[in-house]
Amino acid sequence: MLQTQAAEHESASGGMTEYIVHHLHHLRWPREDGFWTLNIDTLFFTFVLSALFCLLFIGIARRARVANPGKLQSFIEMVVVFVDGLVKETFHGTSKLIAPLAITIFGLVFFYNFLDMLPVDMLPSAGHAAGLKYLRIVPTADLNTTLGMALCVFFLIHYFGLKHKGPKLFFAEMVTAPFHAHGMAMKIALAPVNLLLRIIEEAVRPVSLSLRLFGNMYAGELIFILIAVMTLDAALSHVSTYLLGFGQFIAGFIWTAFHILIIVLQAFIFMMLSVVYLSMAAEKH
Amino acid sequence: MIPNITFVIQGVAFFAVVWLVMKFGWPHIMAAIEERQQKIAEGLAAADRAKAELKDADARVADEIKKARVQAAEIVDKAHQQANQIVDKAKADALLEAARVKATAQTEIDGMVGKARETLRGQVAALAMQGAQKIIGREINADTHKALLDQLVAEI
Repeated sequence: MLQTQAAEHESASGGMTEYIVHHLHHLRWPREDGFWTLNIDTLFFTFVLSALFCLLFIGIARRARVANPGKLQSFIEMVVVFVDGLVKETFHGTSKLIAPLAITIFGLVFFYNFLDMLPVDMLPSAGHAAGLKYLRIVPTADLNTTLGMALCVFFLIHYFGLKHKGPKLFFAEMVTAPFHAHGMAMKIALAPVNLLLRIIEEAVRPVSLSLRLFGNMYAGELIFILIAVMTLDAALSHVSTYLLGFGQFIAGFIWTAFHILIIVLQAFIFMMLSVVYLSMAAEKH
Repeated sequence: MIPNITFVIQGVAFFAVVWLVMKFGWPHIMAAIEERQQKIAEGLAAADRAKAELKDADARVADEIKKARVQAAEIVDKAHQQANQIVDKAKADALLEAARVKATAQTEIDGMVGKARETLRGQVAALAMQGAQKIIGREINADTHKALLDQLVAEI
């Protein structure tokens, strides 16, 4: 526990607030607030996990054996075949981009989310001991990560649409769908409405993608913090400590078990929606 | 909670990972999977082919056996026929031989009978002459009564 135990009841609630706020604060550089600053902790863990993912996937892929695959290769192949099947079901065409994009999203989001499985105080305490004032370890509980990924997907959607439809159809669809008109006058009249709807439709995608993942992971992390708070000011002399300790164990167990489902599900949803959006971008209305 | 410039770096980093995976990871593992799938398909096809070939060979073997059986039966039939022929021929030969031997014997018998008759004739003639001499009391000149004697002999 980060907090000292010598706290009175009133300052205990203050200690609790401080504990929670402290846990939800990023390690920032060069300044604490504002737009022009970097979340060092997020960047660090993102880098480590991305490197791990690349090493694992590319390393295994390059050494992939046809005749006698190892256990790890078999596992990765299983995921690859699963993702490839999903992509082929959704997108009827050939694309070198969609399937690798999908598996990268799935793998990376799962890796990022998985840090939530570590005890909520473990790495922050270690960081504290190493002299880091704040440390948030789950990259997907940072809106920057999810927004960055969602925007990346957003740009890929439009690149993909341009490539598959050609610029003429791509821009023409912006003002002629979803409301189709026949006369020239009607076309011009409906163009602004169509364009507006299109902009809303496109803007909603990265927002929903990023907020969904971020919201789930942030809430999950917050609940882990709240479970940790149950024994924040614990003392061996208090009976409540034992009751709350037991409650904390049960709650922590249940939430962790439930969270295993959430981290996989959210990774899958992010992947699936990206695949669907990209497929839709290639379809002609 | 409010995003800061970190999201740009996160986006670019994410894209970099996607690009790396697309360029260096996915094709290799997909190639391995597809090659294996192809190999498995080929193996299954080969097994099917072998099975079909085995069936074919079995059918051929059964055919051959059937043919051999028919041939064997034919050979046995022919052998029987040949044996019958040989027996028939032998029988015919034996019959012919028997007839020949019989004919020879018959001629011999005929000859012997003739000879015996001649002898008997001679003897009868002699006896007749002796009887006649005794009766007449004198010798009959055989030469003068030859024609008479001959006639007598022919009558006997």
